[in-house]
Amino acid sequence: MSSAQSKTLSGHLLKDYLSSFSFILPAVAIFVGFYIIPFYEIFNLSLHDWNGISAGKTFVGLENFQELMGDVIWWRSMWNATYITLIALTFQNILAFALALACNRAIHFKGFYRLVFFLPPVLSEIVVGIIWRWILNSGVQGNENIGLLNYLLNAVGLHDLIHNWLSDPNTALTCIAVVHSWKGFGWGFIILLAGLQTIDRRLYEAAQVDGANSWSTFWNVTIPMMLPVIMVVVVLTILGSMQSFVLILSMVGQGLVYHTEVPVTRILSAMTVTQRYGYACAQGVMFGLILVMVSFIIKKLSDRMKQA
Amino acid sequence: MKRLFLFGFAVFCSIFSGISCSPATPQTDRIVIWHWMTDRDKAFQALALQYEKETGIKVILELYAPSDVYSQKIIAAAQAKILPDIFGILDEKSVVADFITSGFVADLTADFKADDAAWEKVLFPKALLVNRFDPDNPYGVKPGIYGVPIDITNIQMIYNKNMLKKAGILKPPATMQEWFDASSALKRVGLSGFVSGWGELWMADCFATNYAFNIMGEDKVMATFRGEIPYTDPSWIKVFRIFSQMREKDVLVPGIVTKSNKDAEQDFALERAAFAFNGSWCVNVYNDMNPKLEYGVMLPPSASKEFPMKIWGGAGSSFFVNNVSPNKTKAIAFLKWLTAKEQQTFLAEKTQNLPVNQNSLASIPPILAEFSSSMESTTHPAIWPLNEDALVLEAFDRGLQSIIIGEKTPEKVAAEVQKVKLRQLERQKRIKNDLYQ
Amino acid sequence: MSGSPFFNKYRLWRWFKSGVVHVFLMTVTLTCLFPLFWMVRSSLMTQETVFVDKAIFPAVWHFQNYWVAWTEGHFGIYFLNSLVYTVFVVIGIVLISSLAAFAFSRLHFPGKNFFFYMFVAAMMIPLPGSFVPLVVLMNKYHLGNTRIGYILCMINVGLPLSILLLKTFFDKIPSDLEDAARIDGCSKLGIWRHIALPFARPAIAVIVIFSSLSVWNEYILAMLLLNDQSLMPLQRGVMYFAGSHSVDYPLLMASLTIAATPIVLIYLVIQKHIIRGLSSGAIVG
Repeated sequence: MSSAQSKTLSGHLLKDYLSSFSFILPAVAIFVGFYIIPFYEIFNLSLHDWNGISAGKTFVGLENFQELMGDVIWWRSMWNATYITLIALTFQNILAFALALACNRAIHFKGFYRLVFFLPPVLSEIVVGIIWRWILNSGVQGNENIGLLNYLLNAVGLHDLIHNWLSDPNTALTCIAVVHSWKGFGWGFIILLAGLQTIDRRLYEAAQVDGANSWSTFWNVTIPMMLPVIMVVVVLTILGSMQSFVLILSMVGQGLVYHTEVPVTRILSAMTVTQRYGYACAQGVMFGLILVMVSFIIKKLSDRMKQA
Repeated sequence: MKRLFLFGFAVFCSIFSGISCSPATPQTDRIVIWHWMTDRDKAFQALALQYEKETGIKVILELYAPSDVYSQKIIAAAQAKILPDIFGILDEKSVVADFITSGFVADLTADFKADDAAWEKVLFPKALLVNRFDPDNPYGVKPGIYGVPIDITNIQMIYNKNMLKKAGILKPPATMQEWFDASSALKRVGLSGFVSGWGELWMADCFATNYAFNIMGEDKVMATFRGEIPYTDPSWIKVFRIFSQMREKDVLVPGIVTKSNKDAEQDFALERAAFAFNGSWCVNVYNDMNPKLEYGVMLPPSASKEFPMKIWGGAGSSFFVNNVSPNKTKAIAFLKWLTAKEQQTFLAEKTQNLPVNQNSLASIPPILAEFSSSMESTTHPAIWPLNEDALVLEAFDRGLQSIIIGEKTPEKVAAEVQKVKLRQLERQKRIKNDLYQ
Repeated sequence: MSGSPFFNKYRLWRWFKSGVVHVFLMTVTLTCLFPLFWMVRSSLMTQETVFVDKAIFPAVWHFQNYWVAWTEGHFGIYFLNSLVYTVFVVIGIVLISSLAAFAFSRLHFPGKNFFFYMFVAAMMIPLPGSFVPLVVLMNKYHLGNTRIGYILCMINVGLPLSILLLKTFFDKIPSDLEDAARIDGCSKLGIWRHIALPFARPAIAVIVIFSSLSVWNEYILAMLLLNDQSLMPLQRGVMYFAGSHSVDYPLLMASLTIAATPIVLIYLVIQKHIIRGLSSGAIVG
């Protein structure tokens, strides 16, 4: 910076800005064309009452948003998604970090582990849905439990725990969150592994010379160096979990009363089932705004952590 | 560095020019059809080839699956004005009505009525009803016939003959009490009762409306839709109670509320439940999974003697002709051919669906004939004079789930549904007032 | 201190520790391998036996399922399409996002933060709501039902995440490294090419994996944007077997296995680059 300024000449600076700006130009062009314009369209529709097909749209102003503020089911779906996200943030990310740390060390078969841990994200939701529906199936044939989990519980004598996993409001959402975390930890795993690889090895050597044990090295070298990457994983986990819905559809169909509804299934339902396209768009805009706010808060928090 | 950019540039040029496909321009020597029916695609393709051989007109069938994506696709295509010559609409009648009033669908009344209504007469009237709009219909559509049904379906109870025999049940239950008794008899020999894909809300809704018709009759149901009778009426409570009774008598297989219809079909085919509530398409499915399965078809056991039991039925799937297509007449001619006797017999044989042509019934398998024998008892939301508001329906269907899992009582659900109903009635009134102001 | 009992205790402790780690890793491994095993196993059975046969390995292996799935699902053309889409989308995302992330991380220009937060905010808007407007828009651009239209859309979908991820990694480039290159007369583009890209190689490998997976498994946007079957990607073949009423599970599983194999192979090849080799470590050191 200082060298550029000392050479002065605003023309030179402008040229520098322009050449810098040209780096982001392709991204911005695609972005404006394929994101901003459709988003403007959605925002516009959210101010209308429209069934999605007919030519006539009635302008209703902020009425959709007003109704949304008082829509108990919507806010409940918001909470459900938050619940899934909280489980993913803790369970999924701790698992991913632990596995990444393990695979970053000199252990046997680490190539094999690296391959295997990314299998769940690769597998189609169709397979995942079929298999987990079978594992959690609560049916019986004759005297035998059809579902693997109930079968195993029966086999080890824990009859009291045999359960209607996906049709009980107390367990359905947790089951979904656990399967979601299982399907998703591979993403965090490889990002964290890539992050661990960029930590300068000299830092570890220096810590070793100072006589630090592995625990204090972890807290004083690994965690601070990984903080930005961890923050990316946290943001991506929040996004992925808040917006998850394919897995929910494949596990509980249209849902268990309102206990498994999340914002995206509400949006889809408003678009296709109740035919309220404007309302669906209002939901989408509101949902996006909330997520932007959440990630802004996370950003502020992580900045403060960096300063500390 | 330069090489990298040259490469990138070359890449983009090549996609833009070489391998990119020219946007579809309307061609008049071919008919393009969009549909979602994966299970019938092969049979359709065979028929399309035959049609080309007979007439020289190429028929291109484009399949888009799964069906919920297809629904979105035609809505998007309608907005973008790129609908094909012929397309299916698989949503409710109100959506079809929206397509018609927006000018996307051709009015086929004249074609059906031509030559002394030759085309209309050869098809099952029940199947045509779904695509017919009567004078003064609530959707504001010009009266007429707009769609061509290509098969018929109805949704009934199915029972496993062997399992019933094992439990010592000699004839399929005709009343609720007999059904509950049969279920306890099954339970005694370690067999489960009833399965259905109620994770798909409309299946549970269908079951409930069958009983609503049986308990209070069509007129009273329609009066409820109009808002003249509340959902807290004793007759409706009785409908909701059927679900709490099924729960109390332990008739339902565990996990029925979140079961997809595919899983439910699998359960019945693998003899994990003695009864199922399913549509006539199941013949094909059961045959694939367990050809040895012996089952029969029956109306749902009745809960009241006052009114007859009604089941949903009518056109299974329908095709519509694009109103602005340059190939309109060709498209209509093809649909006429598709619903003729030979083609319908072929489709019935290949896809095990009930044919829409009255002359094709002779060659269908006995189990399908059993299904078709109850065609007289069918009704369908698409042929009712009016439908319930979508938000009320949602509250109703989710309420049924609440009752099944024992979370709420029938009375509580009835009160909640009524609350939504009153809110929606209020809203409709307001919209009407706005219009007149 | 180097007495032999201590030495043995130390070794025992180390064995114990690595044993615990391996038990933990193996448990997770089992849960990851099980669905894959089940998928392949089911793909070799018949519709009648797939849910009945309880044996771990089916008695008769129906390899012909793969042939039937391949031909009936028209996988040949879909496979080729998916390959084209994946290659172009991945190249597009890596080039465009690394340029942009480099600018956001290392260059200075007015409005930098505005544009960066715009991209991050874009990730938050749920996609399903924007489908219909997007299709209408694409047809307005005359990009509906074209390969390039679909590719551009998929690049757009992957951009924000890649920019965010790459910026995080570019931020870690030691500034002495960059200064040294600048003194050597490297242009901005040169620093991007010779310093930033090699430094962030693990992150680029991650992006390649993420974006190829997202293109490979995508079908909703493809169904909505593309009309001709000849343009459809691989998942269209899978959906053919996940039919509306009757599902042929062995064929579905065979088609899913066919669809999953290339992406596992891609991961197998690319994941090595996540792990920094000795040679690339020299760049940093």
